[in-house]
Formats: sequence, structure tokens, C-alpha cells
Amino acid sequence: MKSDIKLLENGKRLDGRKLDEIRPIKIDVGVLHRAEGSCYLEWGGNKVLAAVYGPREAVPRHTQNPLRAIVNARYNMAAFSVDDRKRPGPDRRSREISKVISEALEKIIILEKYPRAAIDVNIEILDAEAGTRCAGLTAAAVALVDAGIPMKDIPVACAAGKIEGQVVLDLGKEEDNFGQADLPIAISPRTGEILLLQMDGHLTQDEFDQALNLAIKGCNIVSELQKKAIMNKYQKKEGN
Amino acid sequence: MTITPVIKREYIQNLAKNGKREDGRKFDEYRDIQIETNVISKAEGSAKVKIGNTQVITGIKIDVGEPYPDSPNQGVMTTAAELIPMASPDFESGPPREDAIELARVVDRGIRESEIIDVEKLCIEEGEKVWIIFIDIHILDYDGNLFDAASLASLAALMTTKVPAERFEFGKDYPLPLKEPPVSCTSVKFNDTIVIDPSLDEEEIAEARLTVATDDKGDIRAMQKGLNGSFTVDEIKKVIKSSVDNGKKIREQLYKSVGK
Repeated sequence: MKSDIKLLENGKRLDGRKLDEIRPIKIDVGVLHRAEGSCYLEWGGNKVLAAVYGPREAVPRHTQNPLRAIVNARYNMAAFSVDDRKRPGPDRRSREISKVISEALEKIIILEKYPRAAIDVNIEILDAEAGTRCAGLTAAAVALVDAGIPMKDIPVACAAGKIEGQVVLDLGKEEDNFGQADLPIAISPRTGEILLLQMDGHLTQDEFDQALNLAIKGCNIVSELQKKAIMNKYQKKEGN
Repeated sequence: MTITPVIKREYIQNLAKNGKREDGRKFDEYRDIQIETNVISKAEGSAKVKIGNTQVITGIKIDVGEPYPDSPNQGVMTTAAELIPMASPDFESGPPREDAIELARVVDRGIRESEIIDVEKLCIEEGEKVWIIFIDIHILDYDGNLFDAASLASLAALMTTKVPAERFEFGKDYPLPLKEPPVSCTSVKFNDTIVIDPSLDEEEIAEARLTVATDDKGDIRAMQKGLNGSFTVDEIKKVIKSSVDNGKKIREQLYKSVGK
């Protein structure tokens, strides 16, 4: 896609951010009553809710694994979350995102503790503005902590990309639409392992190295915000 | 349908015999309501409503399309509700089932039949182009009384909706033309006790349900009875009276939340 919009001017991006600056993020833990764990996350213009149920018996039964639990992440966009109304229900894009998020979370959850069980992770995109899969996975990780699911680490996601030939952190809406590359990743911040990686566009090998490093840097920033939000919630509880 | 433990049923029934409810409310007392409007920036109108722990978001999207052949000068309105698995351990993903369809249809009727949207003002070019209003209800957290939460969220969302005329190059954006909305109140009956605004536990042991929508004059604008129990005529009258009283308070809060 080509456009006349200038995505970079004097080193500043359309929304005034620097090249390596992340959009503002707000995280609330435990916002739903029914779910065993939940998280509400705002990331720039994205508004995302995540809720966790389980571990509980996996149904239908043929999905059960006798040695470990399975993770069912379900990424769903609200009909009103995008400019042109989206038809409710899963489409090919949301099924794919659900799959890669499930797989990323399966690496980090201690699944062997719960044979034949399912851990259901529901991710609802209420307002969408580029980077919803990263926001969704980041919120899901916090909801899993809130639900008390044993994990080796708190996974976190962030994207880097390329606009006007420059590698930048956390693409905004226009940058996603008219930029040259998008590289969303999720990592385990404790070990640096990469749990999710997708890329579209065009990057040289050098640019890829640069973008990957920048995305990891972004993940570490978001990771601190996740931990702060979780501490906030549980410290308050002890105080009461 | 979930299996309600006998102990829970007896506990709620015994409380009711002493004039009490699980959460300390009176029989005709509604839970606290919170209404937040303009919560979704991509939607043309939106509202989040909390009734106790129940949480619902409605978003309104508006598009241009063709009118139905039998009403060439009227806009089109559709309502859809999703009981997403986030809201309850008992909700499953997949196409909407009968309870989601009943919910969407009752909300839709409350808006359509009370004619609060002036559909003739939504005609752009007779027989060719009209505005299409999509009302999408998202249940986020289910602790009873979805009917009232969903219709209140939909009303608040509609009252803050702007028709996006600029985007389609039909002049300036303007607020959706609306009339006075009726407000619905739901009550349930178990063991000859009638309570308004049932919690999930009360809903699970309920024998009969009655939703009454009333307008600002105290007139009745829509009703729906549900479940396989029955009401006496006197009980119906009692329910109507408490629906009018509570409806008045809810309407005041609704107007306040949309800045009227």
C-alpha cells in the first residue's frame, strides 16, 4: 500500500513519538467477577480484555492429553472495534492469531501439572488500533497470573517495524497500514526465549537484527508494567 | 442449564422467608448501576453498563446500505448479542444460541417497537440509500439480569451515537435522532417470593421471570415473561409498580450519564 502520508518528520513519528518510544500503556488486574483471572489493558488506542478459566476438564474429550493440559486461547474482535463493522464470530485471521498465542502460552505454563485439563484464555479486542495480538497476549499473561496458573515466567509481547527506511518500536495505526515491515514477537523476559514471532514486509538481515533487538527492548519495558500492575493489585489486598 | 446445588437453593429460599436476600438487598431494591459512555473510540456510539457484578458493553456502528423493498424510506436497524465465553464458565464459543438470540430480540423489540429511533429520518435517498444501524451487545461478566444490562447499555450507546455523515460525504456528522426511551426492569419469582434485578444465584433458582419496560409517564411499553413458572394477576401488578418506581431512578441516571 502506498500513501502520501509522511510517517516520519525530523525524527518524530506521526503521533509525536521517538523511534524507540512505546505508546502509553495502562494495565488493570482482576476486573471481572466470574472469570478466575482477568486483565484490562489499554495500549495506545487498543482496548483489550483477557479472562482465564481453568484448569478444568477439556471438552470434547478427544482434545484431552493424558500427559498435560492444553491451552485454548481465543482471540476475538468485537464487531464495533474497527472502522467498518466486523461480522461477529471467528474468521481465518482470528483463528490463526488464537493458534499462535495458544502455542506461545503453552511453552510457558507448567502444563504437566494438569493432565487432561484445558486452560481457557479469552482475549476480547474491544477497540483496535494496530498491535492487537501483542496487546492481547500481554493481557492474557497478566490474567493467567491473576488466575494463579503456574508459569515459568510472565510472557510479554511487543512489535517493531520499519517506516520510511527506519526501524521503529511499536507500530501505530498509519505505520502499520503504510509502513514497510512489521515484526511482532513475544518473549519470556527471564530467559530471553522467543515464544512468538511473525514478520511481514521487507527487512534486510541487518534491519532484522536491529528490529528484533528493539522489539526485545520493548518487551522488557512492557514486562515491568505487567509486574507493577500485578504487585499493585495484590499489595492492596494485603493492606485491607 | 447448570445444576444448582440443593444447599444453595434452600439457603436462598430460607433467607427469603425472613425477608432477606443473599446480598442484603430488599426484594424491590436494585443493585448499584454504573453507566460509562463513549468507551470505544472506533464505534459511532458506545456504553459500558455495570449492574452489580454484571458487565455489558454495547457498541453502535453505522454504515450506508440499501433499504428493504417494503420500507424504501426507512433506515435499517439490527441487534446482535454475543454471550462470549469470557463472561461465564458456562458460555461456549460458536454461533449464538437460543438464549443469546432471545436476549438480542428482546432488546431489539424494546428499541424498535417503542420507535425511539426515527427510522424515516435515516433515509438518505428513497429506495436507494439509507443508514444502517448495527447494535452489538458484548456480555463481559455475567452475574444475572442480562436483559436490563443489555438494554440499558444499548440505550446509553444510542443516546451518544453520532451519524458519521462526513465519512460518507453526506454533510456534517449529527446526533442520532431519538425519542424518549422506555427503561426495562426485570423481576423473578421463586417460592412465591418476587425479587427485582435478580443476581445469578437468584436467576438459577427462579421459576418465572418478567421484564417490564416503562416510559417517563409510567406507561408500559414492552413486556416479556420467561421460564416455565407462572404469576398471579396481583403479582403482575406488583411487578409493574416496582418496575415503574425503579425505572424512574434508572432513567434519571441514564440521562445524567449521557449529559442530558
